[in-house]
Amino acid sequence: MSRDDTEAPREDGFDDLLDAVEEGAGYYLSCANGHGSLPPRRVCPHCGSQDLSEEPLPDSGTIETFTVVRVATPQFADDAPYVTAVADFGEVRLTGFVADPTAVEVGTTVGVGVGRTETTGDRVLTLDPR
Amino acid sequence: MSEVRIAGVGLTPFGRMPDRTGRDLFAEAGLAALDDAGVVPPAVEHLFFGNFMGELAEHQGHQGPLMAEAVGVNAPATRFETACASSGVAVREAVKTVRNGEADVVLVGGMERMTNMGTAGATDGLSIAADDLYEIRAGMTFPAAYALMAQAYFEEFGGSVEDLAHVAVKNHDNALPNEYAQYRNAITVEQALDAPRIADPLGLFDSCPISDGASAAVLVSDEFAEREGLDAPVSITGSGQGGDKLALHDREWLARSPATERAAEMAYDDAGIGPDDVDLAEVHDCFTIAEVLAIEALGFYEDGAGITAARDGETTRDGRLPVNVSGGLKAKGHPVGATGVAQIASLTKLLRGTHPRSSDLDDPRVGLAHNAGGTVASATVHVLEVMDR
Ligand SMILES: [Zn+2]
Repeated sequence: MSRDDTEAPREDGFDDLLDAVEEGAGYYLSCANGHGSLPPRRVCPHCGSQDLSEEPLPDSGTIETFTVVRVATPQFADDAPYVTAVADFGEVRLTGFVADPTAVEVGTTVGVGVGRTETTGDRVLTLDPR
Repeated sequence: MSEVRIAGVGLTPFGRMPDRTGRDLFAEAGLAALDDAGVVPPAVEHLFFGNFMGELAEHQGHQGPLMAEAVGVNAPATRFETACASSGVAVREAVKTVRNGEADVVLVGGMERMTNMGTAGATDGLSIAADDLYEIRAGMTFPAAYALMAQAYFEEFGGSVEDLAHVAVKNHDNALPNEYAQYRNAITVEQALDAPRIADPLGLFDSCPISDGASAAVLVSDEFAEREGLDAPVSITGSGQGGDKLALHDREWLARSPATERAAEMAYDDAGIGPDDVDLAEVHDCFTIAEVLAIEALGFYEDGAGITAARDGETTRDGRLPVNVSGGLKAKGHPVGATGVAQIASLTKLLRGTHPRSSDLDDPRVGLAHNAGGTVASATVHVLEVMDR
């Protein structure tokens, strides 16, 4: 199943982050208390601070948990089996996609990239083993 | 503040009924509850109704009034949506309304139609309980979310897929005589372990089925029950709700459920009891790991100690704390919007002694219902007690 033949509608904040990751300049939002979060946000979800700054995403993180998805939604039907994983980047965690179902395990060092799904060609945040 | 009594409960069988409309499913459950209560539809002063994805399944929004008229109720009707906790939240609002004296008779229920969407469609529909931008777009499914929690649990506390298989075996066994259950077949640990994986480490038998069904309960004030001479021995004596960040990656812990902890604390305080006073529990076991996380967050086990409860026979019917005697979501089925009230219905029957498993229990007096939404960004806990009259 494919979505529209054109690019998916833009989501400000989210697509800005993907653009930045593609250019090798990924970032996250940080509050004065050192809580990380992902855009778009006006408020730190952890403490309510409205004093958020963009901080560079660390070059590498660590897989904290992962799963090999074998029964997918229609948007990922042709991608299965694939990995969805949560990686720790210090102040912030990211949930990302790994196309190769054998590429990561807990503790694997990963960077962040932007890929395209096999099924729809939509952009996806990827966790790339280092 | 009025005591809230459960006057009657009703269910449809849960299972595969792709051609039945949501309004017909709810009519069956709602009328059964009213009949069980001995209350006529015009007496109902408000409908509190849970449904998660009616827009996707039936192209139907604004379901409150539709469901009220389906059971002959002409009263305000409100739909609640908190993913799989939709009707748990509806129960909580219904309890508040009776307690604060705004109504003497309310109908609470839920319904979900899912199998008409097919497996891929239902998988897609269920996934929207997660964060669309940062989880669904990374390939997260509902089973994948719980698989991430299961893997994180194994990393932090240990445990194995075999431990989880014992949860599935227990809940299938519990459902055997339950005429409303979707699965009434016994399974073995070996079958569970040999089953195909859906989202590693979780396999087919770690997951609840895709289900159609509806549930309902009639809640009344103590004054109304006395005046009308209703036979309503069970009361809801405690209610609590907890919340958390929507996305799993934004939580402090990946293998704990603080929203359940907060809901439980609130419900225990409300009822004036503690976890040790609970005789049996219906907890939200959409996946086997979810039952483990629930019994820990509810205070029955320390963090990391719940994984072996089913294997060790502590949560079986003859154990120290029977859990999911109805079969749970795992075997009874999980029409998501109906589940919270279905747990109330099962517990009510178990406490009144009118459930097919009642004879297996030792005269339980205090029951607990735990309903959770998404990866437990929403949770409700209700305490039910047989009251001395
Ligand atoms: Zn903060």
